[in-house]
Amino acid sequence: MAAQVVVVAVTKLQTTQAITQNLTMVKRVLVALGLILSLVFVGGTKAAVLPIERADVLYHSYEGDGVTIDGPSVLLRKNIAGKVSVSANYYVDTVSGASIDVRATASPYEEVRKEKTVGLDYLNNKTLLSTSFTNSSENDFEANSLYVGVSQDFFGDLSTISLSYSKGWDVVGRRGDESFEEEADRQKFGLGFSQVATKSLIVGFNIEHISDEGYLNNPYRAVRFLDPTTDRGFSFVTEKYPNTRSSTAYSINANYYLPYRAAIYGDARIYNDTWGIKAQNVKLGYIHPVEDDWIFEVFLRHYKQDKADFYQDLFSRPNEFNFMARDKEMSTYTGLTAGISVSYEWQFSQTATFKKSAVHFEWDYMKFDYNDFRDATAQTPVGEEPLFGFSANVLRIFASIWY
Amino acid sequence: MTNINIALATLLFVKPLSTVRMRQLLTNGAVVVALTICSAGAMAKPVSGEESPDFTLKSRDGGNIRLSEQRGNIVLVNFWASWCGPCREELPAFEALYQEYQDLGVEILAVNVDDEADKANVLLQDIEVSFPVLFDTSGEVSQLYDVSAMPTTVIVDRDGTVRLLHPGYRKGDEKKYEKAIKMLMRE
Amino acid sequence: MRLLNKASIRLLVVACIATLSSGCASTFESINDSINPLANLEPWVKPYERSNLADPIMSMNRNPVALAYAKHVFESREGARGADGGAGGGCGCN
Repeated sequence: MAAQVVVVAVTKLQTTQAITQNLTMVKRVLVALGLILSLVFVGGTKAAVLPIERADVLYHSYEGDGVTIDGPSVLLRKNIAGKVSVSANYYVDTVSGASIDVRATASPYEEVRKEKTVGLDYLNNKTLLSTSFTNSSENDFEANSLYVGVSQDFFGDLSTISLSYSKGWDVVGRRGDESFEEEADRQKFGLGFSQVATKSLIVGFNIEHISDEGYLNNPYRAVRFLDPTTDRGFSFVTEKYPNTRSSTAYSINANYYLPYRAAIYGDARIYNDTWGIKAQNVKLGYIHPVEDDWIFEVFLRHYKQDKADFYQDLFSRPNEFNFMARDKEMSTYTGLTAGISVSYEWQFSQTATFKKSAVHFEWDYMKFDYNDFRDATAQTPVGEEPLFGFSANVLRIFASIWY
Repeated sequence: MTNINIALATLLFVKPLSTVRMRQLLTNGAVVVALTICSAGAMAKPVSGEESPDFTLKSRDGGNIRLSEQRGNIVLVNFWASWCGPCREELPAFEALYQEYQDLGVEILAVNVDDEADKANVLLQDIEVSFPVLFDTSGEVSQLYDVSAMPTTVIVDRDGTVRLLHPGYRKGDEKKYEKAIKMLMRE
Repeated sequence: MRLLNKASIRLLVVACIATLSSGCASTFESINDSINPLANLEPWVKPYERSNLADPIMSMNRNPVALAYAKHVFESREGARGADGGAGGGCGCN
């Protein structure tokens, strides 16, 4: 046992030295904490619990800005021998219609995206190891990603620390252009900490550092530049993004139990990245159960973003800068989301094969208001088009069964 | 957690922080976290081989049940709650053990720790058990036994001495209880 | 900027090896009591006092299939990404 431990420690020392040569500060801190944890908990005590076994069938729908994206999502989870939990998700997006970007530049299209995920969770003493693999496939884009996470309960199960790492590989294609094939890679490092503060309050914080490398723009998206030779007064050219992007997000969250059986929760996040985008969002929600069967929930979320350094609604020339973007998701804007949900549960028996089932209805209303993105389809002089804004309705209707 | 908070606060809010100081703080913070984690895990519990602390609790049938009155029987004291998944899984296993060993001098006392007895009763309508269920709504007995996991099973021998302290429950643990019962029956 | 220099790494590793060579708890009880004021800190919410925390309405992730989709909707329409998870709380059983 001691020899084993020494070997492990020496390997980790060498790994630490190798890693610290190549990583930025945030990554080093995360890796160091991860190594400390894995050493400290080698001789653990007793256990926590696996995620709950259940099956869900969901219908999702997003409708806004001329686009409808809907489809199913099926999630299954089975626990084995109290140590392992396997899960699988099958998700489909069917996209139809044309958003403002498509309306301004091209014609509507219909597209299907299929996403499959398989996951495995392993519980050992107070450590939960999770891993999953996801494949997302559509006719012009293929993405694969691998996720590993570890979560550790300690201090009488009052504290939980979690570390996560994810690696993604994207292959970007372009419809109608067989020779076009680009790649993009992604890495995510996450650290989370959660603390039971009182019998009724849990608080937590999360940090996530994401870095992308490769072809990072959308091959259909274009920037517009002043062009007096055309009727409209402007022309389009494909966006040009940097081939790296690095971001850090910090968030805090809290859940509080109200004595008459209800819960209030909130979270807040600040974000910044090397493209110059800065964002903050805050969410507040309230959950109210009635009897043992009904659960009602409402929430409000506010999002605010400052544009990327190379974003402009209108450029002067096609090659004005090295990097140019007109994707409205890179612009300065605010978003407000309000959501309401209702669910009804049928309790069977704790000893039966199927313990309970429920149906849920969730509806979110989203409103986006852009400060520096204009509606290029408007019939006004170039650069004087009205600022764009739109609203969307998001639905989640699903049935669940616990076994 | 005060040291860690001070270290983190210093880290985040004291602006021009030299590399050396940052490094020291992070290293110290990390070592302190590791020490705290380890130390907090090593806490005292009622020890096997000592006399079981006595208690009296109201039972489901209305009367009071006192642990020391069970002397002469092997007693399994199980701390459980309606909101605890593994506890609910364990109850049918205890019922099976009770059916088999009740006539051989084994008693099971299921101490429920819900803050309201009603919550336990609702569950017991669903999972039927024939052994006594006691209510520790104030948590006093749980504190007396320093219950450090849900569920916890304490096996007390015929002389009232604690012989086994089993925190938690995983499928198959009832076999360990059965083994202990058989061993204690031979004494 | 090399944040974890050789000296720091060595300190960390020595601390961890010391931890493990004679079992976590016993080694640290003695070192701890002398240098760590947090050594006698006990969890202030006992395992049998977690009925509120174990309530499904207090879960960070009550319906994973719905939460994953909601996350996806925000991430595809916003520039920001990351740090939108949560773990912990719950019954703390076993």
